[in-house]
Amino acid sequence: MTALLEAHDLTKNFGGVQAVAELSFTVQQGEILGLIGPNGAGKSTVFNLINGVIAPDKGRIVFDGQDITGQAPYAVARHGIARAHQIMQPLLGLTVLENCMVGACFGRENMSLADAREAARQVADSVGLGARADVLAGALTTAGKKRLEMARALSAHPKLLLLDEVLAGLNPTEINLMLETIRGIRNSGITILMIEHVMRAIMNLSDRIVVLNLGRKLAEGTPREITQNPDVVKAYLGDASSLEAAGATPP
Amino acid sequence: MTTSISHDVAKAGTFKPRKGWGEEIALQVRQPFPWLIAIFTLICALAPYVLDDVSLRESLLLAAVYVTLATNLNLMIGYAGYVNFGNIVFFGVGGYIGVYMATAWHVHIVLAALAGGICVSVLAYVFGRGILRLRGAFFALATIGVNEAIQAFVVNFEPWGGATGIYLSMDAYEPLGGPMNALWLCYYLIIAVMGLSLLLSYGIKKSKFGLAIMAIGQNEDAAAVLGVPTPKYKAIVYSISGFLPAVAGALYFFKSGIIEPTSAFDLTTSIEAIVMLMLGGAGTVTGPVIGAFLYEELRGYLLFSETFSHLQLVLAGVLLLLIVLFVPGGLMGFLRQRLPFVRRWLQ
Repeated sequence: MTALLEAHDLTKNFGGVQAVAELSFTVQQGEILGLIGPNGAGKSTVFNLINGVIAPDKGRIVFDGQDITGQAPYAVARHGIARAHQIMQPLLGLTVLENCMVGACFGRENMSLADAREAARQVADSVGLGARADVLAGALTTAGKKRLEMARALSAHPKLLLLDEVLAGLNPTEINLMLETIRGIRNSGITILMIEHVMRAIMNLSDRIVVLNLGRKLAEGTPREITQNPDVVKAYLGDASSLEAAGATPP
Repeated sequence: MTTSISHDVAKAGTFKPRKGWGEEIALQVRQPFPWLIAIFTLICALAPYVLDDVSLRESLLLAAVYVTLATNLNLMIGYAGYVNFGNIVFFGVGGYIGVYMATAWHVHIVLAALAGGICVSVLAYVFGRGILRLRGAFFALATIGVNEAIQAFVVNFEPWGGATGIYLSMDAYEPLGGPMNALWLCYYLIIAVMGLSLLLSYGIKKSKFGLAIMAIGQNEDAAAVLGVPTPKYKAIVYSISGFLPAVAGALYFFKSGIIEPTSAFDLTTSIEAIVMLMLGGAGTVTGPVIGAFLYEELRGYLLFSETFSHLQLVLAGVLLLLIVLFVPGGLMGFLRQRLPFVRRWLQ
């Protein structure tokens, strides 16, 4: 296996608060890597550092052999990193299809408008938004907007997909559908780095998991190793039984 | 359903057809709307000549200038979501460059107008890279600042006549076959500029660049994450939105025979352009046309009426307020929402 994304020694301070500290990890080609940690652990900041929304104070990010540290978000997108936001940011006045077309046009492949239209239609179909392609994004339900975030990111045909809590706010049926979609994406050859609070989901989906606490890496390993790691259990999960509880109760 | 999802996603990842510009243009030529623009422009161009009506020509000329201003302003406000309050600066600077070149250097007015357009576009791009870092009200204020600063510069710039401006003598029209011919030529050219503005507005709306600009107008940060190079594209659209107004400015002031700072950089006209745009419907191609014609009618009526002649701007302000509050989509937004055939035929 080769590394698709390498983060070396990432550090970011906001005022006096150390949001991310000396964090290093790698995402292997083709895997699903889960990023978990309590609220305020710095997970979303890590995403912001990777896709260039903010620049790190220290450290390097290497994607597919190229140093992308500090590049603007649109440059990072061109390299083949796409992101689905935790707080959905649909382009409300554009249709579902047009939203996806933006991703396709300006993502990794720099498609023409006509190509983008077809790619967007295929992706919209594949995540179950095909019937709503010509609806304004503002008219979608929450679950629909979550799917749109994902569809828009996928339309870029990225190498790496960053999923930021795409399951939050969905009901159990919608979660199951979304899990299938995420597996489908991985099977199509796209590498996934995901932040998730729904334990059952992340434990099921991930090949490996990185646990953050107070901006630092607390542990790294397979889901099984993580659930048995005493540090994780202590710092994050409280005690062992709460892991079971978290898995059993939907959000 | 679940298995088909994985299958479809896999398929989506392997998609590979290549369609380019050619198909996209061929597709647009088959649409009715560009032809509607062409027919409308032709009618405007021929009507005063066929009817032999000089006052119709004058009022259509003013309307065409308004359509040009409002349509190009629409690229910024309606598409990119940036309120360019000082948009008249393009018109004024284009006018000065064009008139100066035509009088001092005896350059043909068509070339002088084009030069004005190009200079303004280049300047707008450079300024745009700077002031488009500002958002919302701060950007709007900065554009007013640019307009005022350039006006102050021109007032003190002797080659352009300082505060008194540049007067054209009748000789300036001789190369064009005398004043009468020059007037008609300027008329046709301004109508052409209007037609080009509309085609430009439609073309941008239907292009990949336009999609990016609309994405910026909806949510700039999200657009950047999707890969839209926002600083560059914003500066490009700002620059494009300056070109045709500058050309129109050169033609208009050349035709008027005088250009001076207070009329060239009149913030009132800027605001009027915003009123026209909002009245017709920002973000649509047809809206600014309807808005400009309606506003010109209204303005003409108010200027000549006993009671209202001093209230023209007050009413424009009230109108703007009412539109923003109750019909933010303007006339076209209102119609497109309610009538499907309007949506099909008018962009």
